[in-house]
Amino acid sequence: MMEWLAQHVLEKYNFWIAMTIILIGLYAAMAKGNLLKKLIGLSIFQTAMFLWFISLGDVGRDVMVTWGLKGGTPPIIWEKAVEEGYTYVNPLPNVLMLTGIVVSAATTAVALAIVIRIYQKYGTIEEDEILERELQEEVRYASG
Amino acid sequence: MILPIDLILLFFLVIIAIAAVTVKDILAAVILTGAYSFVMANVWLQMGSSDVAFTEAAIGAGVSTALMVAAISRTTRWEK
Repeated sequence: MMEWLAQHVLEKYNFWIAMTIILIGLYAAMAKGNLLKKLIGLSIFQTAMFLWFISLGDVGRDVMVTWGLKGGTPPIIWEKAVEEGYTYVNPLPNVLMLTGIVVSAATTAVALAIVIRIYQKYGTIEEDEILERELQEEVRYASG
Repeated sequence: MILPIDLILLFFLVIIAIAAVTVKDILAAVILTGAYSFVMANVWLQMGSSDVAFTEAAIGAGVSTALMVAAISRTTRWEK
């Protein structure tokens, strides 16, 4: 039992913390009424997902335990790495998350533009007030 | 990866994320998001993915914060 706990919970603490931050971001994106606050939650969610992927690529974590090696170095050519007992970090998640960061900046910019447009039309960025005004306009339209 | 540095940075990460979500001042939340990105860049640096770290420091802590501050200047600062 204790071995199972050490192997699946304590050793993988990075995944647990990434999931905690993902839940914090999801809470902000779903429960907060302010649109800018929702966007902040969304960007926290994205970054925590990147953390999870980078932790998957960080081979040093399991290698240290299983083969007694020294863990990952940055993926740069270094001739003495193998004889000194180091391994390389897997570079594939790194490049994928590099793309992801750039995409997240672009989506944040588009979302902020939409928020500014909403503010120009409704005069508020609180979700419940926007829905209330939509409802009022619908009632006025239906009653002629 | 150095274990104590990793644990301290991840602890700070959770604290800053909770603070950024709960604070009522949106400008403070945006600056806390910039701090969050900076700590995240440090986490990735000590995990050996240095390219991701400096992209995050430039884009996450720099460009995104500037865009958010610009959006606040055109909308409202306080959350109800």
